[in-house]
Amino acid sequence: MAKLSVRQLTKAYVERGRRLPVLNAVSFEAHAGEFVAVIGPSGCGKSTLFEIVCGLLAADAGTVEVDGEQVMGRPGWVAYMPQDDLLFPWRRLIDNVIVPLEIKGMRKEAARARALEWLPVFGLAGFEEAYPSQLSGGMRKRAALLRTFLTERDIVALDEPFGALDAHTRRKMHSWLADVHARLGRTILLITHDVEEALVLADRVIVLSRRPARVVFELAVDLPRPRDVLSPAFAAFKGALLERLADGKEGIASPVPDGVGPPWAVRLPATEGGGKR
Amino acid sequence: MAVWRAARERFPVVAFSIALLAAWEAAVRLLDVPKYLLPAPSGILNALIASMATLVAVHTPVTLAEAGVGLLMALAAGVVTGGAVHAFPLARRTVYPLLVVSQTVPVMVLAPLLVIWFGYGALPKLLLVAIACYFPIAVAVVDGLDSADAGMLKLLRSMGARPWQQFIMVKVPAALSSLFTGLRVAASYAVMAAVVAEWMGAEAGLGTFIVRSAHSFRTEHVFAGIVLVSLYSVGLFVVVDAVRRRALPWEIYLREDTWHRQDSQHRAPVEYPSQGGSWE
Repeated sequence: MAKLSVRQLTKAYVERGRRLPVLNAVSFEAHAGEFVAVIGPSGCGKSTLFEIVCGLLAADAGTVEVDGEQVMGRPGWVAYMPQDDLLFPWRRLIDNVIVPLEIKGMRKEAARARALEWLPVFGLAGFEEAYPSQLSGGMRKRAALLRTFLTERDIVALDEPFGALDAHTRRKMHSWLADVHARLGRTILLITHDVEEALVLADRVIVLSRRPARVVFELAVDLPRPRDVLSPAFAAFKGALLERLADGKEGIASPVPDGVGPPWAVRLPATEGGGKR
Repeated sequence: MAVWRAARERFPVVAFSIALLAAWEAAVRLLDVPKYLLPAPSGILNALIASMATLVAVHTPVTLAEAGVGLLMALAAGVVTGGAVHAFPLARRTVYPLLVVSQTVPVMVLAPLLVIWFGYGALPKLLLVAIACYFPIAVAVVDGLDSADAGMLKLLRSMGARPWQQFIMVKVPAALSSLFTGLRVAASYAVMAAVVAEWMGAEAGLGTFIVRSAHSFRTEHVFAGIVLVSLYSVGLFVVVDAVRRRALPWEIYLREDTWHRQDSQHRAPVEYPSQGGSWE
């Protein structure tokens, strides 16, 4: 059974009497410990999708299930990390990351003790007394991620977590996040508009269409870890993904059958009508 | 180093003030201005020293008590009503517009009315101070609570936080900065309102001292009173700022942050610890 199962989610906003459809029957699944990237054009409804998955918003139709239990409109099942780090400027780092534990009713001292053990894993050891404004962008992101992980949910939803970082820091955050994922084994959903980010991190990439968003196709990323962005295989995946994003055809991409073509070739269902851009 | 820089930054204003006082002194002496019209700074200083004993022992405690207690009354009332306006939509639609509009009414005109109602005791003075200080505080509380970051509230909701937890964890801290900004404005009104209230009639207080001195054309004593009132006003302002720094210790880093952004080589204290190296 899938850890997280999203079925036929449909959502429209009504603005000044006009109906603005955002999601159109979006369905996907994530298995326990899987890293799933959701990619799509900007403004396609990715954030709305995540708010529904996190229980902050109810869809017009469809279901969200965690371990088979219906969780639509009920927050607290999926740990959510929004685009901005949203660290509280009035709390020191340690008191920022224990927010989810405090909400659950844990005493501050106990919560701090638990968080302190995790600081080294998140590269934050020695900074527990710093205020967020004293930290670099990468450290703030890691603090926000630690706070997300300390919600102690099996499923973690990250909404473009590294969008605001410079390329160098972002790359470091990628290898670090891949490492944390390998260690902690949580199910991770990642929204991104960065094809390379999706391919570096994810086991599976789900591509959404323009608004109203629906799932255009899924790509299983069968590349060894750690991923090497300079390898020909990675480039082949990237090329294939970009091509599919451009032509918008639907289907499920499959890995290359053994012994067919060069090892880095990615076999996708035939694109009828040829590869126009 | 920092002290030297601060001194150098303030040097122009100090020098300019001294030059103004010197020009004033020279003008009064050269033009032989009668001292009941405009006393020289030296005459004001003499009057200040001569009446220092009564000013400090008799008049100052009265005025400062009125200003301080009135300010605290305004703080209590402002926090309660500001919170209510934020929490109850009906209060926002009924009370809040009146609050905003009444800010434009110069509350000093209420002083004679308060005397009619409450006589010449301490109560009308406290009330005038409280009314003058109330509006900036109440509006600051509403603004502060309203300004709480929607994203932060959403994040807390995603963690399953209850409304009271959202209020304590995000809304209250977010409102504190705004509250202190309102409090600073209110503090500058407080001493002024106490002095104006005393003009209506009082046993003691700096306002009384100023009015009595004016009636007997001891103009240098009027100025001496004005100097003290200004000093106390500034003093109350400084006290509010000191409390703010104690209550909101993180703000200094915010300011440093914006400072260092212009000058990124000195960015705040961050250096990676050795054990974190492998992650970065």
